[in-house]
Amino acid sequence: MKIVILLKTAITALRVNVLRSCLTMLGIIIGVAAVIIMVAMGAGAQQKVDEQIKSLGGNVFFVTGAFRQSGGARSASVVKINEDDANLIEKQVPGVEAAAPYLSASGQVIYGNLNWSTEIDGIDNRYFVVRDWEIASGREFTAAEVSRGSKVVIIGERVRSELFGASDPIGQTLRVTNFNATVIGVLNEKGQDARGEDQDDVIFLPIKTVRNKITGVTATNPKSVRFIQVSAYDGEDMGYIEEEMTRLLRQRMRIPVGGDDLFRIRNVSEMIATRAETIQVFNTLLAWVASVSLVVGGIGIMNIMLVSVTERTREIGLRMAVGAKPSDILYQFLIESIVLCGLGGFIGVMIAYGFVFIGNQYGIGAGGIIETQVVLLSLGFSGLIGVFFGYYPALKASRLAPIDALRYE
Amino acid sequence: MSQPLLRVRQAKKVYAMGNELVWALKGVDLDIYQGEFVAIMGSSGSGKSTMMNLLGCLDIASEGSIAFAGQELSSLSKNELASVRNQRIGFVFQQFNLLPRTSALNNVTLPLLYSKIPESDWLSRAKQCLESVGLASRMDHHPSQLSGGQQQRVAIARALINDPLMILADEPTGALDTQTGLEVMALFQQLNQQGKTIVLVTHEPEIAQFAKRKLTFRDGELISDVRNEYVKQAAKESAA
Repeated sequence: MKIVILLKTAITALRVNVLRSCLTMLGIIIGVAAVIIMVAMGAGAQQKVDEQIKSLGGNVFFVTGAFRQSGGARSASVVKINEDDANLIEKQVPGVEAAAPYLSASGQVIYGNLNWSTEIDGIDNRYFVVRDWEIASGREFTAAEVSRGSKVVIIGERVRSELFGASDPIGQTLRVTNFNATVIGVLNEKGQDARGEDQDDVIFLPIKTVRNKITGVTATNPKSVRFIQVSAYDGEDMGYIEEEMTRLLRQRMRIPVGGDDLFRIRNVSEMIATRAETIQVFNTLLAWVASVSLVVGGIGIMNIMLVSVTERTREIGLRMAVGAKPSDILYQFLIESIVLCGLGGFIGVMIAYGFVFIGNQYGIGAGGIIETQVVLLSLGFSGLIGVFFGYYPALKASRLAPIDALRYE
Repeated sequence: MSQPLLRVRQAKKVYAMGNELVWALKGVDLDIYQGEFVAIMGSSGSGKSTMMNLLGCLDIASEGSIAFAGQELSSLSKNELASVRNQRIGFVFQQFNLLPRTSALNNVTLPLLYSKIPESDWLSRAKQCLESVGLASRMDHHPSQLSGGQQQRVAIARALINDPLMILADEPTGALDTQTGLEVMALFQQLNQQGKTIVLVTHEPEIAQFAKRKLTFRDGELISDVRNEYVKQAAKESAA
C-alpha cells in the first residue's frame, strides 16, 4: 500500500465535509491545547522556583534563634545567636562554604535632594559568597572596615538607579538614616525573590556599623545577628550538615539531651521546593482534567467515524469489489481517524503556543514554558487516540461483506 | 474446446431469512469460455444476481464448485478473493459507483491502489483506458460534471485498468436512456471483439440481444442456455 495515496484519500474524504471534520477535531484541539498549557504553566512555575533557589545561592540554610516557650506562652527569641556562632559553623562543620552573619533594618537613605526608603543590612563579605552575589562596580568591604564598623556602604542596583541615576555613585556620600556613609560598591542586579520582592532594593553596611548606628547593642548579646545564612558546597549532603550544625550549636549553648533547641535551622531550598510541589500537584491535576477532555474528543472522533463508515458503505463495497482487502479498508479508515486526530493535535499545539506566548507577554501566572517533549508526547497521544477510537469504526468497515456494502442504500 | 474460463458445477447458494432457508441457487451447471459475451437474464428473484455475485468472487457458493481460470474459488480466503477480483475481473455497475469529487482519472486508477502495479505506470495505463472508451478529453472531470453515459464509460475504463480476464456488468444500461444504453452496449461489443470475455446481467431482453449467448434463470435454476443466432450490432442500432 502506498502511504501517500492513503493520506491523500483520507484528506480528500475529510475535505468533503470540512465543517464536520473541524467540529470533530475541536475536541482534540481543546484537549491537546489544554494539556500543553497546563504542563507549560507547571514547567514555568517550576522554573521560577528553580531560579529562586538559585538566586538564594544554591544550598542555603538559615540559622535563627528559636522562640522560647514557657508555660504555653511564646516570647520572642531570648537566646540570640551571634557572629561567633557563624565563625564556629564555618570553621567546624565540614562541607560548609561560608556562614554569613546578617542583621537587618530599614530606613531612609538620602543623596543630594533625593531620598529613598530601603532595607539596610549589616553583613560582612561572606554574605556575598553565600548569596552568590557579585559586585558590579567598586569593591567589597575590607577586613578593617568590617572590624572597625566603618561608615562604608555597598548599594543594590535599585537604590543606585533611584538615587544616582546616570552618575557614578562610587565615592559619593550617602546619608543613611542619621549618618553619612561612603559608597564603595554597587551590586549586580538580582531581580525578585521568592515572594516577589525586589532584592536589589537594599544597601549593605558592615554588620558592626548597622548594630552600632541603627539596631543598637544589647548587653546580653553584643554580637547579635538576626540570622546566619550558611551555604554548603555543591553536592554536599545537606542533611548531614544540618545535623552537624545542630550538634555544634546545642553543644555551644549547653542544651541538655532532650532539651529544646534554642535555635532553628531552615533549609530554604527545601521550603521553596515544598511550595513548588504543591504547585506541581495542582498543575498535574489540571493536566489530568485536561486529558479527560482529550478522551472526550476521542469519543467524538469515534462517533463521526462510525457515521462516516455508514455513509460510505457503498464506497467501501466498491473498493472491495475492485480488489480492496479487508485490511486495506481498515487502514483507510484508521488513517483517516489518525489524520483527524493528528491534525487536531497539531492545531492544538499551535493554539497552546499562542496562548502561552500571549500569557507570557502580559505576565499572566508564573509564565509558561512549552517543552518539546511535551509537544511530541501530546501529538503522539492524539495520534494514539486516533488509533484507539478509530479502530472500531475501521474494523466495522473492513468486516462489511462486499455484496451487502455494494447494495446498501 | 479448451478449458473453460468459468466452470460451475452444482453451485448452490442458500440464505437464511429469519428461521427459513431460502435457496437462491438450486444447483447450477455452467461453462463460460474465454472470449464469450454472455447475457444472464431473469426476473427479480430468479437467482441471476446471486449467480453474478458468485461469478464475480463477491460471494462464495454454499455448495458445489466454481472454478475461475482453473482455480477453485471455494477454497480461497477473503484476501485471495479480493486479489482475484482485483486482477482478473472488471466490474461495471448499474449506478456507476464512481467516487464523488474524484477526477475520472483517479476513479480509473482506484483498482491499481490495491494491485502491485508500480505507481509510475498508473497514469499511462489510466490514460490508455480512458482513450479506449473515448473519454481522453474528460480525464480531469469529476463524476458530477459528466453525463450518465460518460460516467458509465469511466466505470468501464476502471473495469479495464487491470486488464482483466472477464468484465462483469450488472445492469449497466439500467440507469441510462435508450440511446446512451446503446452506446454503452456498442462499447461492450467492441471490447468483446478485442477478445474480452463479458458477462452481462440484465432483465431487459432487448439488451440481451447484443450478447452472443443468453442464459435465463428462474427460481434459482438455469432454465435455458441458448446461442444468440441474430446478434444485433449496438453501434448500428445507435446510429439508426
